[in-house]
Order: sequence, then C-alpha cells, then structure tokens
Amino acid sequence: MKGLTKDRLWAIAVLTPSILLLAIFVYGFIGRTVYVSFTDWGNDPAQALALNPIIKWVGLANYQELFTGFLQGRFRQEMISTIFFTVFFILGCLGLGLGLALALDRNPKGEALWRTIFLFPMSLSFIVTGTIWRWMLQPQGGVNQLPAAFGGKPSTFGWLSSTDSVLKFDWNLLPIITAVVVAIVMGVIAYRAFASGQRTRTIVAAASAAVLLLWAVFVAPNLKMLPAPEVHGFNLALVGIVIAAVWQMSGYTMALYLAGLRGIPEELREAARVDGANEIDMYRRVVFPLLAPITLSAMIILGHISLKIFDLVYAMAGPDNTFASVPALNMYLTSFRQNQFALGAAIGTILLILVAFIIVPYLSSQFRTEESH
Amino acid sequence: MTTTIPTAATAKPPATAPRKSIGRPGLYIVLVIAALFFLLPIYLLFATALKSPDAINLATTWRWPAALNWASFSDAWAKIGGNLGNSLFLAVVATVLAAMMGSLNGYALAKWKFRGANTVFALMLFGMFIPYQAVLIPLFQFIKALGLYGTIWGLILAHVVYGLPITTLIFRNFYADVPDALVEAATIDGAGFWQIYRRVIFPISIPGFVVVIIWEFTQVWNEFLFAATLTNTSAQPVTYALSQLAGGQAVSWNLPMAGAILAALPTLLVYILLGRYFVRGLLAGSVKG
Repeated sequence: MKGLTKDRLWAIAVLTPSILLLAIFVYGFIGRTVYVSFTDWGNDPAQALALNPIIKWVGLANYQELFTGFLQGRFRQEMISTIFFTVFFILGCLGLGLGLALALDRNPKGEALWRTIFLFPMSLSFIVTGTIWRWMLQPQGGVNQLPAAFGGKPSTFGWLSSTDSVLKFDWNLLPIITAVVVAIVMGVIAYRAFASGQRTRTIVAAASAAVLLLWAVFVAPNLKMLPAPEVHGFNLALVGIVIAAVWQMSGYTMALYLAGLRGIPEELREAARVDGANEIDMYRRVVFPLLAPITLSAMIILGHISLKIFDLVYAMAGPDNTFASVPALNMYLTSFRQNQFALGAAIGTILLILVAFIIVPYLSSQFRTEESH
Repeated sequence: MTTTIPTAATAKPPATAPRKSIGRPGLYIVLVIAALFFLLPIYLLFATALKSPDAINLATTWRWPAALNWASFSDAWAKIGGNLGNSLFLAVVATVLAAMMGSLNGYALAKWKFRGANTVFALMLFGMFIPYQAVLIPLFQFIKALGLYGTIWGLILAHVVYGLPITTLIFRNFYADVPDALVEAATIDGAGFWQIYRRVIFPISIPGFVVVIIWEFTQVWNEFLFAATLTNTSAQPVTYALSQLAGGQAVSWNLPMAGAILAALPTLLVYILLGRYFVRGLLAGSVKG
C-alpha cells in the first residue's frame, strides 16, 4: 500500500460525507434509541409530546415490562409469531425457489417467460402485495371460493381472522426451550469441530452446551417470568401472510439458486454420470453440496427481511389484529400512535439485536474470506 | 467479498441440448402449476379492478366482469394521483443522489484503497441490514429538528442516507472488475483522482448506474415505514395512500385494486423492460453472489 498521496486524500474526502451521514443515521441513532429505551419517555402520556419532557432513567424496566409485564402479552405473542413466521417463510422460499430453479435449469421452452412470471412479484411493494392478498383471503371470497370452481364446497377458513393457534406452549417455558435449542446447536457445532479435529472449538462448544443444559435442568424450572401460565403459539391468522410473503420473495431464492446452478460446470455433472451416478445421485452428491453456500446466504437475507417485515402485515391484517401482528408493527404503533417512545425504542432495540445475531457473523465472515485472499 | 455482481442468472442458458430426464411433460405441468400460483392473484386483481362496485360479489369473485368498468382507474387516480406524483419526485431525486454518491464512494473504495478501507466499508454495509425501527424515533426527532417533518425533503434525506450502503456496495463491486492497469496507466499519464474518475471510470459506469438506479428506484418507490412516519397528508407517497385506501372498510374493492395497479405499474414496467438489470441488483443485495 502506498503512502498518503493527494489522490488517496481525495478518496477519503469523497467518502467523508457518506461516512459522517451513516455514522449519525445508523450508529448515532441506534445509540440514541438504546438510550431512550432505558428511560421512561412517553410512559406518562402528559410528558410524551411535551416540548421539554421530563425524562427519567429507568434502566431495564421497559424490557422487563415487555417480557414479563401484565399488559404486554401482545408483544410476547408477536415475538413468538415473528420466529414462527421467519421459519415458515424461509422454508417456503427455499423450497419453492429451489424447485423452480431446478425446473428452469432443465431449459424448458420459453425459459425467459417462466422466469419473468416467477420473479415479477419481487418488483412490487409489500403494500401492493398485501392489498391484493387481503382481497384474495377474504373469508367468503378469493381463495376460499376456489374449490367451488371445481365443483367443491367453498372453504370457510378465516385466513386473516382466525383466532386459533397451534404448537402452543407456556411463555414461562421459554428460557428452558431457548437454552435447550441453543445447547443442541452448540452440541452439533462441537461434534462437527471434533470431526474436523479443531480442539479448542470442540471444547468451547461442548462446554457451553453442557452449561446451558445444566442451567436448563437445574436453574430454569425455578424461574417464573409470569405469575400465571401464558399460552402462546403459531397463530393461524399468519398462514395467509406467510403465503403472500413467499409469493413475493420466492423468486429471489429462485434467482439465487439459478445463478448457482448455471455456475456448475457441465463437465462436473458429466463426470458424475460417467462414474455411473443416476440423476438423483448426481443432484445429491454434486449439485446440492455446491448450492449449500447459496442456501446459507439466502437464509440470512430472508431471515433479516422476515424479522423486519411490517408493511405486509399492516396491509393485510391492519394495525389492530393482535392475532396477526409482529414486533416491527408493534414498535410503529407503540411509538407513533400511543407516543410511548421508550417502550417503542425497547422493541426497536430487541429487533436490532435479533437482526444483528444474523447479520454480524455474516458480514464478518464475508470480510474475513476477503482478507485471506 | 471477492464478488462481482453476478450475472449468471441472466446469462443465456448453455446451448447444449435439453437434458434427458424424468418426463418433459411433468416439467411443464410443474411450471404451469407454479405459474398459476403467481398469476392467479394478478388475474383477480384485474378482474376486481374492472368491475363496477355493485358487480363485486364475494361468491362470484373469480368471474371476469361482464361489463368493464374503466372508471375504477380514474376514481383511484383522483384519490392517489397526487401521491403518485410525490412518489415519482421522491424516487427520482433520492435515486439520483444516492447513485451519484454511491458511484464516488465505490470508486474511492475500490481503486484507492487506504488503510482501514474494508472496515469502513463493512461498517457502512451494516446500515443496509438494520431494522429501521431501531433508528425510527431519533430519525423522526432529527427530521423534525431540521424543520423537514411532513415535507418530501425529509423523506428524501432518509432514503438517500439509508440507500448509500447498497449503492456503494454495487458500485464498489462493479469497479473492482475494472482492471487496475487502466487506473495505473492514467496515473502515469499524470491524471489525478478526479481526472481518472471523469475520463476512465465514469464513461464505463453506465451498466453500474443502470443496475443501481433501477434497484434504488424500486426500493424507494415501494418503501412504507418512512413514508408512514415522516410525512403528512400533502407529501405522502403512494404506498401510504394505498394502505389508507385499502384499509378503509367503506370503499368498494375495485378502488384499492385499481389503486394497487397504478401504484405497481412503474416498478413493474421497469422490471419487465429491464429485468436483466433488476436481477443483478437483486443478487448484489446479498453481498455475495
């Protein structure tokens, strides 16, 4: 690397405005949000919109309120909803996207037209998608009328109005469930590190898995987050929103997978065939392993989109349907409709932490691979 | 990020003969079913938009209207036409500013690497992934303090700043593909930072600009959260107006459907006409292709 020439100074000068803007708008604002979440701003309605509101430091009280407070059951349901939503949304997009990519990779006639059809929803706004699908999912119309077109009986499922939920569990069990799930993940990491002979990693991962399991067995059962059991689950009112989200975003995974499939040299597949592998074996042994990094990227991108999703839910279920709501929507309502800024900031911070868990390892691994080149 | 903007998805399929495989008819059946899933909502969208309010009946939802009611579009235009204008102004201005800054940033980061350039870039990129809920309250206060609350300019400012990471990313990867030898040759000829940008880099940037402009325009046009938070009635973009139009229970459904078509048309046209570049922006957003 050369020294600081005049040109290099120009490069830094050109970047400075952007760096300053992002420093303020991203890092400064995040800092400010975190600070607000530690105050009581807006908890007293009289102070919320005052010109010089009296704001007191309350520490983690807002977070405690969200996770254990009597009034915040809606938020807890939304946390569960967003996790379920993310899982089903990612599975839907990966499955449909991979299926479509594999189909298009067989070079059907009119390949470009098919691709256009599968990808066009990506160019729409979630608000447009939400408006269309809200109409599709009306209780007595749209999708529910489709069986009638084939002579069947119209369905009566309340796509957006259902109050049922499945996979229910008590919120008080959440710490145990979380600990066990993380422990299992750690166990898998430990096993894989062991298999590839990375000693330190094996020990660290195995130890954390053991600590988590011990904690889950001996400490967690004595913790009570709420005085009474509070049941949460996957609300069926979200099913339609997941379908609409998959409708919009599966073209994205299709494009990713198709790019990956086109990148696999024909010789590799030929070689597998010459070795006597049949078509299914060829996909399992040659193609899918090569697509694994794409799957990981897609999961990360879709995961963070899903955690942030707000406009689609707003357009489909409206702001007041607590059975079909997510924290991102709650944050907007809490802050800008009820003016409870501190509580809203706490929800925003929780969302940021969730997204950071996905994105930070991704970004740092991307940059680490680059440095090593 | 050893990456460039991937182009494989848009490349022509290899000219080999179609692979022999399990049932070609099966393939087309799968494709047709998938296409129905993607197109049925669009059929219903148009069928509903073209009905007159009294012809809209849940039991006959799927029937094509007997008489086409084009007035839905003029009615919807009367309600959200002004917002479409707002969106157009917003998206054009924000896109041009973000694209220009992104191009210069990408050039500086790709061709004049300084110590810590990668760290700076990574920190910038993080801004593209954050949930905007985590900055919304301070952003609202900041825009208000600047006196821009309720105006389109506050919204433009927010979109330019939060658009910088992706535009910088796309241009940086684009310029990384430009051979360093070109820049070095220009340096030997005595050209400096700006001359090289003007004479060498900018003239070959058109494809990069097309990708960035299409992507950013679509993003800004489709955005909702900032629109709902930072503007008031006179400056609201079309996404917000549409959500209000569709949210009201009183209006008949042909109106929001026609509104949805109007709101979707610009980005949809861009996609259909320039889909190749749209896909590139799409794939570039995943950092690694």
